[in-house]
Amino acid sequence: MTIEILMPALSPTMEEGTLSKWLVEEGDLILAGDLLAEIETDKATMEVEAVEEGKIGKLLVSEGTEGIKVNTPIAIMINSNDELIVETDLMPNTTTTETQKSKSKDETKENYPIEPNLSLITVREALRNAMAEEMRLDKKVFVMGEEVAEYQGAYKVTQGLLEEFGEKRVYDTPITEHGFAGLGVGAAFGNLRPIVEFMTFNFAMQAIDQIINSAAKTLYMSGGQMGCPIVFRGPNGAASRVAAQHSQCYASWYAHCPGLKVVSPWSSSDAKGLLKSAIRDPDPVIFLENEVMYGQSFNCPDSEDFLIPIGKANIEKEGNDVTIIAFSIMVGRSIEAANILKENGINAEVINLRTLRPLDTETIINSVKKTNRVVTCEEGFPFSGIGAEISAMITEKAFDWLDAPIIRVTGKDVPMPYAANLEKLALPQVEDIVKACKNVCYKE
Amino acid sequence: MNNIKSKIKSSKSKMNYDIDLLKEMYKKMLLIRRFEEKAGQLYGMGQIGGFCHLYIGQEAVVVGIQSAQIEGDSIVTSYRDHGHMIACDMDPKGVMAELTGRRDGYSKGKGGSMHMFSREKGFFGGHGIVAAQVPIGTGLAFSHKYNETNNVSITYFGDGAANQGQVYESYNMASLWKLPVIFVIENNEYGMGTSVKRSSAGENLSDRGKGYGIKSELVDGMDVIAVRDAAFRAMSFCRSGKGPYILEMKTYRYRGHSMSDPAKYRSRDEVDKIRKNSDPIDNIKHLLGKLGMEDKELKNIDAEIKNTISEAAKFAQDSPEPSDEELFTDITIN
Repeated sequence: MTIEILMPALSPTMEEGTLSKWLVEEGDLILAGDLLAEIETDKATMEVEAVEEGKIGKLLVSEGTEGIKVNTPIAIMINSNDELIVETDLMPNTTTTETQKSKSKDETKENYPIEPNLSLITVREALRNAMAEEMRLDKKVFVMGEEVAEYQGAYKVTQGLLEEFGEKRVYDTPITEHGFAGLGVGAAFGNLRPIVEFMTFNFAMQAIDQIINSAAKTLYMSGGQMGCPIVFRGPNGAASRVAAQHSQCYASWYAHCPGLKVVSPWSSSDAKGLLKSAIRDPDPVIFLENEVMYGQSFNCPDSEDFLIPIGKANIEKEGNDVTIIAFSIMVGRSIEAANILKENGINAEVINLRTLRPLDTETIINSVKKTNRVVTCEEGFPFSGIGAEISAMITEKAFDWLDAPIIRVTGKDVPMPYAANLEKLALPQVEDIVKACKNVCYKE
Repeated sequence: MNNIKSKIKSSKSKMNYDIDLLKEMYKKMLLIRRFEEKAGQLYGMGQIGGFCHLYIGQEAVVVGIQSAQIEGDSIVTSYRDHGHMIACDMDPKGVMAELTGRRDGYSKGKGGSMHMFSREKGFFGGHGIVAAQVPIGTGLAFSHKYNETNNVSITYFGDGAANQGQVYESYNMASLWKLPVIFVIENNEYGMGTSVKRSSAGENLSDRGKGYGIKSELVDGMDVIAVRDAAFRAMSFCRSGKGPYILEMKTYRYRGHSMSDPAKYRSRDEVDKIRKNSDPIDNIKHLLGKLGMEDKELKNIDAEIKNTISEAAKFAQDSPEPSDEELFTDITIN
């Protein structure tokens, strides 16, 4: 009897990983619970244990292999008394995996041609670089949050910061969101520039009083005396299969409140340029990242001087027939949708909002005047969402330029379900955007 | 109050105090009281709106602590904040004009009674959400430590706030990171209309720091010298890098929770007794008399303060309302 040992999924969003080290050899007798291998995910290096006893019949992938998809066989277990396996036809086609990997990188390269002073880096690296660069420039900048220091960040976004800047500037906090958010506000009143990481924005609900009542309102209540230069950052929106309490988009919650700036990057350059601007900003900034985007790579300027202004949207793709307005992960889906629409003869313009408050109404209105049709996209709930706000704003400022009612593509009006099929139904997909665009163009 | 007297640290060395210092503290306490009486009066005349929480009865707490501060220390408190502002030498005119909602108020009339600030005087508010100032004060202590100053953060909160979770989140971090913060619990016996006995488990609020390894003291908050002595002990502990310190001040407010509180939850008799036997201003006035201060001088002080307060009240009523344009300023810096 042989059993395939499969590449395990070690986090909700893990799709592939690196087999960094085998801890067993072919022919070793194994008991349940014995360590088999070290696997590196995008978040951490983890050890994998055997679940039952047997003998290692064959190791199917060699140490150091990258990009092994979840559920790919990585070893074969046989009965303790059986002989080792010598046939080679059981080897998975690692060459294919490699080719697929490089192909996907090439595709990214096509979209973002390599230019001098640009590097292909992940959103995660871009965020870390932004923090590290600003911490080098300004000694008042420090990072605090759960697991940001010794653990290197729950999602590895703060990796290496402790090593470079020391424990005085990279603080592991207790699990006490309300407390450390308030402490950060006090430190900002005391002229420091805190970056407060929430492990996810779901947990920031514990701290929302300090964010709104203390950080956002004090400047006004003090007649302009008490600025609060603080960044609250962390992943927002849906991750994957973590159900209702861990999957929610808070964009409209924070964007609702005067006194805050609300930023939500999509690409690596967005992440770097906007986070650097947020850290330098004298006002409290809510910086909404997306866990699913952390591992995605884009070209990003290397320069320490690279900044993206808060309050400016970016047209990612120009078009004349319909304007798709999106932010964060939905920008990528909107671009995909635009590519499909092109094959159907619809030329869509894609606006990446980048900042939700203050909203770049000028870029939106100019685009409406060109295309006369609008689809908004967000992961959040539809009721009182960002799409609702944009729709009302366009109705007030450019009603006469519209040729069709605006359509909102949003998450469904339900708490996030756990089941894979239901979760997919609850979240806006590329095909939803395509359908909405066809509808506003009265095609199909 | 009398049943806990035996456990409270009272001052033993009143007679050793410099008479000039006692006079200063007397003046400041009286200034706060007269200010608050005037605020109450203006509220009754409709000149002050909204919530207005008076500090009458608690003056010894803030004046005693302030007398032990050094330049650069920071102060943060709740919405019962007029006394704290006057204690740290903010201008009574600017405070009163904020109460009347006028443009010469500390927040240009946009904050009101509960929200005033002065970076210059180290006063960081004036916070309206019960206990929200506690993590903020802890963060100010964090900034003192980060900047390697010798300053402390004085973080005031009431017995009501002492039941909020964020107080204990702050205790934990303050103790863990040895932050120079003095948590001053102004226990005036009632969180709005609910007595401490009816709301708070355990014997003393100051005991609650024990689990976090925070040193604490129970202090007679009606005795300004006892407060000052305790403040020095707490400050020298904090300034030497040993971490936070809790001072529970047993005090009493004579007025209701806010102006709209009829205070039916306690008897007239209870209030009168404390006024008669424990008033912090009477106590120090009596002591000054014993130390040889003449009635005439006391009367002069009274007259001077009365004058300061009527000027402040006049200023606050004469100052114009903020211009309409102010509605949209100070929302963000850029």
